[in-house]
Amino acid sequence: MNVSTEFNSINGVLVPLIYLISATLFILGLKRMGRISTARSGNTLSAFAMFLAVIGTLLEIGFVDYRWIIGGLIIGGLIGTVAALRVRMTEMPEMVALFNGSGGAASLAVAVAVVWSRIVEQQVTSLPSEVLGVSQSVTVGLSIIIGAVTLSGSYMAYLKLQGKINKGRPILLPLRHVWTAVFTLGALALSIYFAFFAADAAQAGTIILIVAGASLVLGVLLVIPIGSGDMPVVVSLLNSYSGLAACATGFMLNNNALIISGALVGSAGIILTQIMCVAMDRSLLNVLLGGFGAQAATSGSGASDEYTSVTSSSAEEMAMVLFDSESVVFVPGYGLAVAQAQHAVRELTDLLTKKGIRVSFAIHPVAGRMPGHMNVLLAEADVPYDYLFEMEKINSEFKSTDVAILLGANDVCNPSALDDPSSPIYGMPILNVHQSRSVFIVKRSLSPGYAGIKNPLFEAENASMCYGDAKKIINEVIEEIKTLK
Amino acid sequence: MIVGPFIISIYVFVLATFVGFELIQKVPSTLHTPLMSGANAISGITIVGALSIATNSEPHVSSIVGGLAVVFATINVVGGYLVTDRMLKMFGKKK
Repeated sequence: MNVSTEFNSINGVLVPLIYLISATLFILGLKRMGRISTARSGNTLSAFAMFLAVIGTLLEIGFVDYRWIIGGLIIGGLIGTVAALRVRMTEMPEMVALFNGSGGAASLAVAVAVVWSRIVEQQVTSLPSEVLGVSQSVTVGLSIIIGAVTLSGSYMAYLKLQGKINKGRPILLPLRHVWTAVFTLGALALSIYFAFFAADAAQAGTIILIVAGASLVLGVLLVIPIGSGDMPVVVSLLNSYSGLAACATGFMLNNNALIISGALVGSAGIILTQIMCVAMDRSLLNVLLGGFGAQAATSGSGASDEYTSVTSSSAEEMAMVLFDSESVVFVPGYGLAVAQAQHAVRELTDLLTKKGIRVSFAIHPVAGRMPGHMNVLLAEADVPYDYLFEMEKINSEFKSTDVAILLGANDVCNPSALDDPSSPIYGMPILNVHQSRSVFIVKRSLSPGYAGIKNPLFEAENASMCYGDAKKIINEVIEEIKTLK
Repeated sequence: MIVGPFIISIYVFVLATFVGFELIQKVPSTLHTPLMSGANAISGITIVGALSIATNSEPHVSSIVGGLAVVFATINVVGGYLVTDRMLKMFGKKK
């Protein structure tokens, strides 16, 4: 057997088989990620599948100049490792957004590199559909569009989560829907033009750069009108896009490993997006059109939105009420993450549990800035996960709860969602915190949540406000309870 | 009728999407964040495409952009898996 047929059998049989095994292991890994007891091994299996896919590719490309490959792997590996090990659990949504963006950037870069290596640098004079093939030349455009939208959209989401753009509030440009339509249709039309009408190499390259630029702008346009409170939906959706970008790259390169893995991620993102939308009783379209909370916030100075009869109380009072209670429910929200209060809350939980008080945590599906954000924070602080309850499980328990403590949560406990049809959040499922005997709201101020609306719970007779940083207040409560012994 | 590779790829895409739906639907909300970052790491599969294009270290646009693609995809893969593992380790440490 000479060298070339040996290579053919590697590329023809062995490599596709490796990709198939890799795809199977991705599926098994994802399946194991569905249970806490097997999730970690599932992730490891998935990482091994990725390793196999890389080995398959290295076999497929054979002996080449490895300098860029090795350099890229080392640089990317270092950046990824440092970022993953240093990020705080509270900043997980930002981290996921940035990793998403880098997946999108990779798809964008692969497609651009394909166009340059096969068309622009070869100075070809035939149409891209003839050079690359019809389906490949069309999917080049898709890979660029989805990749670029994922890149710039994720970066915008990151900035919004950090509150660096307009404090996370929606930015509503005039005629924004028109601009979005123009950029979307323009990018699609130009990609088709590229495939079938780009007469020479220079024109093909120029068109691809315009498509990439327009798609980067499109990603920004799509995310800026959406408020930071809706970021769980946006981050889930961009996760889906990063999978679809990998799919488009797979179609372009005719590689089923990319298509299968990309499709798995694409569907995972769509499901999480759907779960988030249901939890807010809003359609995906309503979230994506954006502007939620912007109108309410600007008209927020109306008399009906002012708070009139708010009771405030101190850490000392909260400690005394807690001391005499039998059941306590914590309701964590984004404020818990901002204050890094998860460890203090765990300490208080231990203290109360030791006294025989039953402690639970009520987790609203959209609490925090990404799906399951609160669960991660509480797991980090070693709160046992059988203390954590989903909304449906715990809502009937509030009637028999002595004390409910809101930690930086707001809209997810707003009773207007139940009884005020004029409220923008009417119909959204909420935690029935108002049914507890007494409610403490730990919050920096009376400022509204992402919906930009008043929360009647703050004025309820059984509720009182504890103004300040959640971590500081919880620590004070811990000290007070210790002195009560 | 001859079914071309492109159509086969579409078959693969549609079927894999259904597998994804089936797998993810049953995941409890507690695990949604690690699931998302784990899925995100899988989308770094673009590394396969990036490696196959960065096979040349001449200072051409294609090889530079290909090298960048390797960097981005590797960040996605390595960072995604490590951070997911970090989270899942915390979930598992309950006695």
